[in-house]
Amino acid sequence: MATETVLHTALTLVDQLPALQILVSFIAAPLIVVLGSRRLAWPIAFAASALSLVIAAILLSQVLDGSIISYRMGGWAPPLGIEYRVDAANAFVLFLVAAISTVVLPYARTSFSKEISTRHHTAFYAAYLLCFSGLLGVTITGDAFNVFVFLEVSSLSTYVLIAQGAERDKRALTAAYDYLIMGTVGATFFVIGIGFLYMATGTLNLADIADRIAEQGSNRTIRAAFAFIVVGIGLKVAMYPLHRWLPNAYTYAPSAVTAFLAATATKVAVYVMLRFIFSVFQPNFLFEFNTLEFIILPFALIAMFACSFVAIFQSDFKMMLAFSSVAQIGYILLGISFLTETGVTAAVAHLFNHGITKATLFMAVGAYVFTANGSYYDTIQGLGRRMPLTSAAVVVGGLSLIGVPGTAGFISKWVLVQGALEKGWWPVAILIVASSLLAVIYVWRVIEVLYMRPTPENCEVREAPMSMVVPMWIAALACIYFGLNTDLTLSAAQTAAQGLMSGSAGMR
Amino acid sequence: MQAIDWEFVVGHINYWLFIVLMMTGFYIVVAKGNLVKKIVGLNIFQTAVFMLYISIGKVTGGTAPIFPLDMNVDPAVVYSNPLPHVLILTAIVVGIATTSLGLALIVRIREEYGTIEEDEILKIEKEMALQDVRQHSEVIGERG
Repeated sequence: MATETVLHTALTLVDQLPALQILVSFIAAPLIVVLGSRRLAWPIAFAASALSLVIAAILLSQVLDGSIISYRMGGWAPPLGIEYRVDAANAFVLFLVAAISTVVLPYARTSFSKEISTRHHTAFYAAYLLCFSGLLGVTITGDAFNVFVFLEVSSLSTYVLIAQGAERDKRALTAAYDYLIMGTVGATFFVIGIGFLYMATGTLNLADIADRIAEQGSNRTIRAAFAFIVVGIGLKVAMYPLHRWLPNAYTYAPSAVTAFLAATATKVAVYVMLRFIFSVFQPNFLFEFNTLEFIILPFALIAMFACSFVAIFQSDFKMMLAFSSVAQIGYILLGISFLTETGVTAAVAHLFNHGITKATLFMAVGAYVFTANGSYYDTIQGLGRRMPLTSAAVVVGGLSLIGVPGTAGFISKWVLVQGALEKGWWPVAILIVASSLLAVIYVWRVIEVLYMRPTPENCEVREAPMSMVVPMWIAALACIYFGLNTDLTLSAAQTAAQGLMSGSAGMR
Repeated sequence: MQAIDWEFVVGHINYWLFIVLMMTGFYIVVAKGNLVKKIVGLNIFQTAVFMLYISIGKVTGGTAPIFPLDMNVDPAVVYSNPLPHVLILTAIVVGIATTSLGLALIVRIREEYGTIEEDEILKIEKEMALQDVRQHSEVIGERG
């Protein structure tokens, strides 16, 4: 284990990877602003993102066997110093975030050229990188307060990114404002929770908190901390009754931002929730058990149905996908609420699979906005033949959203149903399948609009440029690849689930 | 009925104050329609949490956590816990960033909507949504 090494030995570059994972994009962001060059902004952002992806891939390969990397920030030993800790669960999320960002950025360049005036581009890429490094930081850190700081770094830059959509629709401003209010309330609840944890345990290191709670058992302060943290992070996750910020924010943000956020931001928040529920608090203490079974489980089921229903009746493709995101988060929370290894495996796998699926679909929406200047159903009707590549990507993403065998979405839903049956909760298993039928309806509506309706006369729409189609198809092919080859996702998800389920022992 | 445990009530005075302040702020965020007032409420809400943190750093009989210059620390001296204060320094910075971003957004909202009252903004947005429906709803209309 890395913690055994003597403090002052010369570290090689490989040992510094956990710090570099954050620092590359964190330094590149101000660099873009300082250089102030419109031509250099995108290459720097892309280089930083690609480098982060390489680092994330190396870290993932190091921990895939279940080992843990512990990195001391500034050489201060945990629990006093801030510790960066990489295990299978968060290496997997790091890899997802970095991969999505690297795929979305080339697409973003073309998409932004139409959606955002050029004078904002440098600041925009800086905010994007800050958001990116904030998300990586939340995932990699092993310190409770550090989670909050990085959460706010990513959230604040997210508000800026969403507000950039105001050039197309002024409702982006109110969407960003609403998200700012709700996000800040959520983050403040999270800080209160951490404060209570600190009061009860006297430490901020997640592994250390877990040990102390395991030793001294639960008390009222710890239960209050649990409640505050679940509600605070629940807001960021867009857990069902706390999801009101999400549809507007996703709909009015610039397309590439939506593609990036939908695939990463809520997923990182889900990871934080997993980490707190399973590693920090002991899953077997009764209060938490009851919370999961009687609060999170029903809300997850309501989300799956209510938001799928709302999605069916939308007349805007982008808004429909936003509501479908809330519904899909319901599946992830459902997996968590099973409190079994299969359930958590399903949650982690769905987190990844839904991430790539939604990235595909939102990138396709951006392509329609780019060519047809809108994503309303009557704007995109009949475009299936005009934009064959984009529309085919919609079909692939849509099938994965439904969970058709051969696509990524099927794998995680399959494991989820298995988890439900394992617990003997067959009504839940039926509900999972039933809500997938609702997904069939809303996906079919889009496909019908694209392929079965006549193209409006004198329609000049052509296929989107290759710089948009290629990233979209990388994500779409990933949906198919991870639906056929389940080794990487399922084994990583399983290792992650085992690490998470073993509670505080998994943190050592 | 059990008598009120005054020692408990007075002993936790910082928590009571924190709860009152926090709920005041939260109420403003939820109830006020003016966007600037919402930001003010958010600030009060956050400040309450900062005060919670600061008050838990106090150790009974503890002095300010400043070591003597010659670093000869007398083990008999009790120091207060400086860590929560340091954390809150970071949280204050985050709070300021949030406030300034929120205010900047309000300026932009005022430019676009011509108002910062929530109900008037909602009215404008409802109008916009209706217009969207009128313009784009053939697809739904066909379904009866």
